[in-house]
Amino acid sequence: MDYSSNNLFVQMGEWLSDPVNWSGPRGIPMRILEHLGYVGLTMLIAMAIAIPLGMFVGHTGRGRVLIVSGLGILRALPTLGMVFLFALLFSRGVLPSVWALVLLAVPPVLSGVYAGISSVNRTVVDAARSMGLTEWQILLRVEVPNGLQVMIGGVRAGILQVVATATVVAYAKADGLGVFLVEGTQINDNGRLFGGAVVIAVLAVAVDGLMALIQKFAIPAGLRATRPGAGSLKESGRQEAVASAQGGTT
Amino acid sequence: MTSLQQSPSGLPMIQFRRVTKTYDGGRPAVDELTMDIDRGKITVLVGPSGCGKTTSLRMINRMVEPTSGTILLDGQDVSRQKAADLRRSMGYVMQSSGLMPHRSVIDNIATVPRLNGVKKDEARRRAQELLDVVGLAPDLGRRYPGQLSGGQQQRVGVARALAADPPVLLMDEPFSAVDPVVRAELQEELLRLQRDLAKTIVFVTHDIDEATILGDKVAVFAVGGRLAQFAAPEEILRAPVDDFVAGFVGRDRGFRHLSFQEGNHITIHPVETIEEDRLADPTVSVRSPWTLLVDADGRPHGWVPQATRGSITKQAEAVPGGSLYTRGDTLRRALDAALSSPSGLGVTVDDEGRALGVVRAAEVFDLIESARLDRGRADHNTAV
Repeated sequence: MDYSSNNLFVQMGEWLSDPVNWSGPRGIPMRILEHLGYVGLTMLIAMAIAIPLGMFVGHTGRGRVLIVSGLGILRALPTLGMVFLFALLFSRGVLPSVWALVLLAVPPVLSGVYAGISSVNRTVVDAARSMGLTEWQILLRVEVPNGLQVMIGGVRAGILQVVATATVVAYAKADGLGVFLVEGTQINDNGRLFGGAVVIAVLAVAVDGLMALIQKFAIPAGLRATRPGAGSLKESGRQEAVASAQGGTT
Repeated sequence: MTSLQQSPSGLPMIQFRRVTKTYDGGRPAVDELTMDIDRGKITVLVGPSGCGKTTSLRMINRMVEPTSGTILLDGQDVSRQKAADLRRSMGYVMQSSGLMPHRSVIDNIATVPRLNGVKKDEARRRAQELLDVVGLAPDLGRRYPGQLSGGQQQRVGVARALAADPPVLLMDEPFSAVDPVVRAELQEELLRLQRDLAKTIVFVTHDIDEATILGDKVAVFAVGGRLAQFAAPEEILRAPVDDFVAGFVGRDRGFRHLSFQEGNHITIHPVETIEEDRLADPTVSVRSPWTLLVDADGRPHGWVPQATRGSITKQAEAVPGGSLYTRGDTLRRALDAALSSPSGLGVTVDDEGRALGVVRAAEVFDLIESARLDRGRADHNTAV
């Protein structure tokens, strides 16, 4: 592509505003859809693994040490390295990338679900059990509603990371927003490279904003409606749990 | 529930048979506990912290499993029943209300009936009635637990425990986290409820006063999970079985014991009264050393000493009175009225609060002494 200037920002602006880049199977909207598709697939798999596991550990308290140390190891893995490793070990195509992204997404979701379930006031859980709720009823009717906000915080942190990192798919197959980065580097097209990066960043912020909205509405009415002063300690405890579920993973 | 109606009422509702609980091979938290809990009565488990009273309570509904021994509920071994079903057949009230913060007060109360399959509307209607039973305004039902005061939350906790109309209520220090005024209210409410409902209540507290106020029977636990004494509260105060119990019930036990002695035979002396609206008139003189100031309805409002009659023209200038003794109340109240009164005369009132006369401390002592002599004759064959 020919740019009117050597200035990086001008090139970026021209690339982003060129209608050619906004249409067709190689245009930005299509790439966004592909990108979100991979994010969705990754999150589905990650949540299918992490939510039951997090609920089990949060509810029973069993395997807590294992989870904490296991998550530490998972977090230390470089995603791109895992893509190549999986590609070498198993297959070509997009699946190695998705599995590598799943490894990235599991730790925040798992720690969020675990933190959410275990942040629920133990006295309330004890009272529920004393009244004759079964363990399943305690989990689904008491712990999940009260821990939902923290749990969604974990999913939110996971999605944010996966949206930003799903660019790795482009190394295996010309799919997703990573394509702009790979192409931009290969053909030395800075407008494409940085324009693509901006699209990814904006998408990440937008998705995160949407999740923040969902998280806000996940607070049960009873927890929002506390008397001034009453339960403020509990509330600040919850905020800390929310913060650690999110901050601990980024 | 049918088994409850069929069973002979003579059978104790809950029986502990040599129940021991040991945590992780340490010293027993509960040691060889054998105890019968009477049907339709309040049994209080009391003792210092770490004496196993809460553990004993929680073994009844299998929140804690005994290491050895058997607990029978209405003659049935609790360990053979499904834990969740067993728990639904008993109300449970704990120290912090333990209400579910995400559910409205009504839905919290309706929890167990809903678990038992009662229809939502029916369960809610019953929950709404229970608000009234525990003395809460009907519109509180729509609120959430976080919007209630501590005392209100405890009332909701009691309503929730009563919702499925269980024959047994387990109460684990339910009133210990509220302030003394609210606690006294809640205790009175519980006694009022119990007069109507006649549940089998097992009540844990560390407060011997609470135990003697509420309990039909009191079980005093010693550290190490030993049942030190199990008797009527009056007997625990009057005749502690050993040094531990004597030490635990405390220095004031002699005085507290007066709470169990009725004051029906106490002599009420007439007292000179002066009405409020005649105070300002200096020509109205008083003859007694202490004259009782009353309002138009005859309710007492303080004392007028003879020597300073001239300077007292308004109610606010009268000498404030002591505690009031309601006719027929216990000797403890009578003695307190006399001792707290500036005149040494305990003002006695009727149920409407109108002054009837006065009681004298010395005569209360005479009654206490003669009651002691009666007991001495009955218990020890010694009339001195």
